[in-house]
Amino acid sequence: MYDVIIIGAGIIGNFIARELSKYELDILLMDKENDISNGATKANTAIIHAGFDAPNGSKMAYFNVRGNPMFDQVCDELGVPFKRIGSLVLAFDDTDLKTLKVLYNRGLKSGVPKMEILNRDQVEKMEPNISHNVQGALYAKTAGIIGPWELAIALGENAIENGVELSLNTEALNIDKTSNGYNVFTNKGKTEGRIVINCAGIYADKLNNMVSHNKFRIIPKKGQYYLMDKTVGNIVNTVIFQCPTEKGKGIVVTPTVHGNLIIGPDSEIIEEKEDTKTDSHRLKFVAKVASKSLPNIPFDKVITTFAGIRAEPETGDFIIGEPEDAPGFINVAGIKSPGLSASPAIAEYVVNMVGGINNGLVKKDNYNPNRKKIIRFNQLSNEEKNELIKIDPRYGKVICRCETITEGEIIDAIHRKAGATTVDGVKRRARPGSGRCQGGFCMPRVMEILAREQGKDIEEIVKDSLDSYILTGKTK
Amino acid sequence: MNYDLVVVGGGPAGLAAAIRAKELGVMDILIIERDNELGGILNQCIHNGFGLHIFKKELTGPEYAKIFMDKVEELGIDYKLNTFVLDINDKKELAVVNSTDGFFSIQAKAIILAMGCRERPRGAINIPGTRPSGIFTAGTAQRFINIEGYMVGKKVVILGSGDIGLIMARRLTLEGAKVEAVAEIMPYPNGLKRNIAQCLEDFNIPLLLEHTVIDIIGRSRIEGVILAKVDEDRNVIKGTEKHIECDTLILSVGLIPENELSKSAGVKMDPLTSGPLVDETLETSVAGIFACGNVLHVHDLVDNVTKESYKAGESAAKYIKEVGEKKKIKDNIVHLYPEKGVRYVLPQYLDIDNLDENINLFMRVDNIYKNIEIIVETNGKVIKKFKRNQLFPSEMESILLRKEDLNNMTGNKVSVYIK
Amino acid sequence: MGRLEKICILCPIGCNLIIEKDPTSKEGYKVSGNRCNRGFQYAIKEMTNPTRVLTSTVRIKGFSNSMLPVRTDVGIPKNKMLQIMDEIRYLEIETPINAGDIIAKNICNTNANLIATKSIG
Repeated sequence: MYDVIIIGAGIIGNFIARELSKYELDILLMDKENDISNGATKANTAIIHAGFDAPNGSKMAYFNVRGNPMFDQVCDELGVPFKRIGSLVLAFDDTDLKTLKVLYNRGLKSGVPKMEILNRDQVEKMEPNISHNVQGALYAKTAGIIGPWELAIALGENAIENGVELSLNTEALNIDKTSNGYNVFTNKGKTEGRIVINCAGIYADKLNNMVSHNKFRIIPKKGQYYLMDKTVGNIVNTVIFQCPTEKGKGIVVTPTVHGNLIIGPDSEIIEEKEDTKTDSHRLKFVAKVASKSLPNIPFDKVITTFAGIRAEPETGDFIIGEPEDAPGFINVAGIKSPGLSASPAIAEYVVNMVGGINNGLVKKDNYNPNRKKIIRFNQLSNEEKNELIKIDPRYGKVICRCETITEGEIIDAIHRKAGATTVDGVKRRARPGSGRCQGGFCMPRVMEILAREQGKDIEEIVKDSLDSYILTGKTK
Repeated sequence: MNYDLVVVGGGPAGLAAAIRAKELGVMDILIIERDNELGGILNQCIHNGFGLHIFKKELTGPEYAKIFMDKVEELGIDYKLNTFVLDINDKKELAVVNSTDGFFSIQAKAIILAMGCRERPRGAINIPGTRPSGIFTAGTAQRFINIEGYMVGKKVVILGSGDIGLIMARRLTLEGAKVEAVAEIMPYPNGLKRNIAQCLEDFNIPLLLEHTVIDIIGRSRIEGVILAKVDEDRNVIKGTEKHIECDTLILSVGLIPENELSKSAGVKMDPLTSGPLVDETLETSVAGIFACGNVLHVHDLVDNVTKESYKAGESAAKYIKEVGEKKKIKDNIVHLYPEKGVRYVLPQYLDIDNLDENINLFMRVDNIYKNIEIIVETNGKVIKKFKRNQLFPSEMESILLRKEDLNNMTGNKVSVYIK
Repeated sequence: MGRLEKICILCPIGCNLIIEKDPTSKEGYKVSGNRCNRGFQYAIKEMTNPTRVLTSTVRIKGFSNSMLPVRTDVGIPKNKMLQIMDEIRYLEIETPINAGDIIAKNICNTNANLIATKSIG
């Protein structure tokens, strides 16, 4: 019997697992996928919002504003890339300029610090490539960019090092209330937990509706993106939003923490929960709207396009807490944008709830907030490179040419707790294949290393999900 | 570490360049190769058809490479395998790394860039749809099948009719896969005609011109594609969409010269070739840095790569000999411009005072042309005309100018166009 | 058959051969469109006994992720390609191998030998 079972290993599940691992609790974190962060966490805009966007008094505003300043410490402890580059909301006409004031005042009311309304000259000085039609902008200094899946993986790894058990490829099929908790029936059998935390993203409605009469619905919403080559990553210096209008929220253009450029998303309600298809019609729309902010985006430098699914709650706000008829079952559902920005504050809040249900929590003596440092070869000085290769020659073998990723880094990504088992898993942790050739050269090498390090045959190595096999047998 | 000449890349271009430089007396030469053997992409090109021009023989890729690898051994040219150049600066210093020597730098008197090219991936052509496994570039599939001995699929659609795609259509068929179709968005094939004949027609594989993939189906592994016909402007013609079941999609949609290191050295680039701007000696905008092979412009025949690389080796040898002597000043430069019908011309500029008797110009056209003339013109005056029965965008064309052709020219601009 | 068009595969030019039946000539066919005599020979051969050089790979004993590239030393009948591929499937060769070594003699009774195109070990 576990003290806590967390269902769903995205950013929210991992954050809660890591925060709970500070206490004397037996914790199980499960996910139906074969890796951490295979849902919304792996495909989003990757920004930490300042917090002025959500309505005053909403959970979204509360957790966003509270969560934003918490990133510096956690990213430092876990060695996760995070840059506070600030954001601009662009105004193109008088209506937009009025909207800026509304946003500014809303931000003030929600407690967002360091905001400023800039005039046209100030904006153009900050962003020389911006459209000349810009009339002004709301500047929020506290906004930032982050590696969302890197954070989720780091949190998961740190949680495991502090005693949390991770069970991947484990799908919760049914949940029953028992006298002192819940039975969770999975494809791997039954597990019992005194407390269950529902972080199942787009499937959170399904889990809630198994245990509570207070049913709700999560609407999957798809957003499509462009990812551009590093050579254009510096076309902007801040996160560029557009003023929300009745037509929509506009399209974001932002650098990523790795120096690429990301453009998106649109918003589309979809039927199927995992429909991550991209289509040229919608991508053209994204490009067109983005061009309003930056007229000269070089779209020939696209390295990939992708779609992410957001879990939109029908209530319009995060659903966090126990249903009345299901004590000990904590929903953390409908965590749409700004869910990533809110995640540390949500985790803190849920830990308090668990403490309440548990009649207090006992701190672990040996809790270690830090993760073993990840070596990024191409960020080392020449002397450090040399020293490292002397100790471990595998860091002298470059596998990914575009991003200069060495064999040593890939092996480390495989052997860490919650390590990579798939080609995309390696890519999310160490980045081989995320450059301009998109893995054309390094994929066979990465597969070889994965097979060797895991004692598998290369034919067993999959791209991402369990059925995404790559090879179909020997030629002879 | 110091070398007279460092050759970056041990494929066909780098090997030929190093060999010629050594034959011309350059003593200290180092070839740096990132893979675990010399020969480059030829190692996975196990089909025949290489060497007809240079050796008057039909060789396979490994056989062609072996001739040069043997010569490198015979001449005692140094090379380092599994070694990666991280950076080159404009002072011709290279930052290099491998497992045995660690991180080290090399000062070279001259450098030859011979890094080759890479394949355009799915993202670069924006094929919409899901993102399942089973989508390979032709070269990646070729490596899996020919070197490592693994199959990539059973029912295959190939997008793009580049030569590697055509070669892979045959190879996959011989290894027991069913190739459903080769789709090409242009109205003409992108590969050599002989490959259409011996790789597709021999095996009854349909070539669908003016067709492209507009959707990819399947969540985990690809399960099918939607093919559609396009009009003259490459827009999809509604109603022509058809679903083809497949477990593999192979992309053969173009090659891009790999010039990240060239850029780090400050070498000026030609947006038309995606390679460095060079003069008739294949010297780039940085004195003493030369380029040859697919890093300079994408070739369709390795024989041409070899010839070009011999030239780069010669030029580098000459440069090294002249280092320390009075520095030559290039003050009589003529620029070559591709105009109507011509996609690019190489070299992009000529140093008039330094020309050999014969100057070979390489070019590609932007469409199929029949019974035309290639005109070389300066200041409205035709210098030379070349009659051609037909020209294809997929086939590199060369024309020969003589030094005297340029003797009486006025101005410093030469244009090349189709009439 | 009156007239047949074929692309010559002997060199990268890829001449468009036009082959017509011609009982008056020694070979029985009239060929045009070729730029060299080899093209003429190729056209006649395509009509009488079309052959191809087959290239493939052979498994190497003790190597799990590495294949030996091979080819037939002369052209083999075009319609025997798949049969020979089946035969090659079961070969396994021991190192060391030198490029040019005969891997299988007179494969499928075609009078062609299968030879290694790369040295390994």
